[in-house]
Amino acid sequence: MRLVLVGTSYQRAPVELRELLAYDPVLRRAALGRLSTGGAEAAVLSTCNRTEVYGVTAEPGELEEGIYGELSGLSGLSHSELAPALYTVTDEAAAVHLFRVAAGLDSMVPGEAQILGQVREAYEAAREADTTGPTLHRLFRQALRVGKRVRNETAIGENPASVSSAAAQLAERVFADLEGRRILLLGAGKTADLTAANLISRGVGEIVVANRSPERAEAFARRFGGRAVGLDAVEPELARADVVVASTSSQGFVLSAAQVERAMKERRGRPIFFIDIAVPRDVDPAVIGLEGCYLYDIDDLERVVAESVAGRREEAVRAEAIVSEEADAFRAWQLSLDVVPAISSLRARAESIRREELERAESRLASLSPSQRRAVEALTSQIVAKLLHQPTVRMKEAAAAADGVLYADAVRHLFGLGDDADQARKPRQ
Amino acid sequence: MTEAALLLFWPALAGYAEAAVAYAGDTVRPGRLVRYAIWGVRLGWLAQTALLVAQAASADGFPWGSWAASLNLFVWMCVGVYLIWGCRAPFRLLGLVVMPLAVVLLALAWIAGGVGEPARSEFGNAFLAFHVGLILGAFAGFTLAAALAALYLWQERRLKRRAPGVLRLRSPSLQTLDQLTARSVAVALPALTIGAGIGLARMEREGAAFDAIVGLTLLTWVVYAAFVVLRWEAGWRGRRTAYLALAGFLLVVLVRVVLTPFVHF
Repeated sequence: MRLVLVGTSYQRAPVELRELLAYDPVLRRAALGRLSTGGAEAAVLSTCNRTEVYGVTAEPGELEEGIYGELSGLSGLSHSELAPALYTVTDEAAAVHLFRVAAGLDSMVPGEAQILGQVREAYEAAREADTTGPTLHRLFRQALRVGKRVRNETAIGENPASVSSAAAQLAERVFADLEGRRILLLGAGKTADLTAANLISRGVGEIVVANRSPERAEAFARRFGGRAVGLDAVEPELARADVVVASTSSQGFVLSAAQVERAMKERRGRPIFFIDIAVPRDVDPAVIGLEGCYLYDIDDLERVVAESVAGRREEAVRAEAIVSEEADAFRAWQLSLDVVPAISSLRARAESIRREELERAESRLASLSPSQRRAVEALTSQIVAKLLHQPTVRMKEAAAAADGVLYADAVRHLFGLGDDADQARKPRQ
Repeated sequence: MTEAALLLFWPALAGYAEAAVAYAGDTVRPGRLVRYAIWGVRLGWLAQTALLVAQAASADGFPWGSWAASLNLFVWMCVGVYLIWGCRAPFRLLGLVVMPLAVVLLALAWIAGGVGEPARSEFGNAFLAFHVGLILGAFAGFTLAAALAALYLWQERRLKRRAPGVLRLRSPSLQTLDQLTARSVAVALPALTIGAGIGLARMEREGAAFDAIVGLTLLTWVVYAAFVVLRWEAGWRGRRTAYLALAGFLLVVLVRVVLTPFVHF
């Protein structure tokens, strides 16, 4: 059986093409049904950055054609139009690819966490559609394990990858957490929007929006469940706020050091964190000299993000080692599959011999009591099991060392088992 | 006893030293060495616990009445307090302060003979257990408060200066450090009050002389009492209370390490 992956990602396809190749749950289920006809295993991973179809079959060429046909039907593009954007990877390389994807190593931002949930969702969808078999089952479960290990054993996902998350994480270095904190937003632009959304996702309590245009402030406040005030009411709000996000288009400082100093007196030592993402800046840099005031402008935040992404890349080296370790384990498991049919046949053969011999001795065993009969049954079963234990272990060891097929053939030949591999290697059990 | 003590002393010292080095290494490559550091703390503390148990078993009374022996007990308390919650991920950086201090003080206790056969003390066991135990417990609390305050000042400076890699090292938030410093002082101060009160009462009864150590201990009490009042009544927070906690700790060091061996025992 061969593992086949056909797909595309942000590295190969622009967003316009990725949009055409995105599966919704209904389309995915239908595609899984079509791809699995003929006994193939199939799973579809579809995110905003990638669409990948995984399949397991004895006829990889046929399956690849089938996946191309599916993607062509989905996007409305011809085979030749799609071909430059698609990649095909098989067997161990396909497994390593999925492991890297689950680890976040193939993501735009190394270590991003969302992808692991998306891999899990792809696996669940395939299970629900009953298109997973032993190989995809093992592959996806192991991919999920790789993702977890990488996140637990490395720091790849710990540091922020965007200005808004960097701002939120820095604020969390001042306050124990942001739950219940008061946020003052100066300006109601797009950048404030992203930062506010990030802070809200961390549970901030109250949002106050101050903007030159009261209508815009109102609309913005409504969207985030906050309240709007005029820019002239900023000073009293400053005395109550914990985090200030400034992003107005004002040409001068909106907050002077003197204003902040006055507010700090009312705060009785409570700290305040300023995120100034406006250009030109809104908050007087002299504020940093005031006790309990922390100020980060856009350059500071971008530097934090750059350092953090560099740190993620360093951690990626450790994550690759985990991927490689798990890939070895997957390969060993795949190789062990080579000897499974031979082992099954050998055991079936031994069991049938045992039964035949017991039937032949039926007349001589007729005088035995039921308990004596059970003892004979158990005894013969134990002899068979003990005889077969060592060959079974040795064959599995040989399989892990890539000699499995040789040993399996030798066992079939020596015990006259015949070529029953095809029967035992049914794709889905 | 001496041989058995040495058998337990060296693993304790080695564990603490290994932890101190691993914590320092962890600041360079975060996440890699911290596991070794935690095991160093655990194994070192277990060895020291066994050492103290051995001392207690062979002693003919309160075994940590001498300055050096009490230093041994003091180190055990400090590391014990750190072990309870300091090993948790956000507080691991405290190990940078606590573990080197533990190594130095334990080595000092050994040099001064505090890890071998316990010396007999002229004072009663109950008095020593309460007086020494409470004061050492309080000093361990102040040591922890100082470590938290130092971490606060370091973290605050990095945030203020927008230092490179400001998010690289895991550390608790400023607010958490500030609150924990205050709580440590709030718990340790009553212990110091009772421990010192017992000592003063005995001095009074026996007509003993008022020495420099008693004066400095009272000054230490005043500094930490001021900490509590200023924090809860005047609203002092952050940098100011951190400096106050460190000032109090300087007095603790002066009392515990510099003056006690020469004046009080």
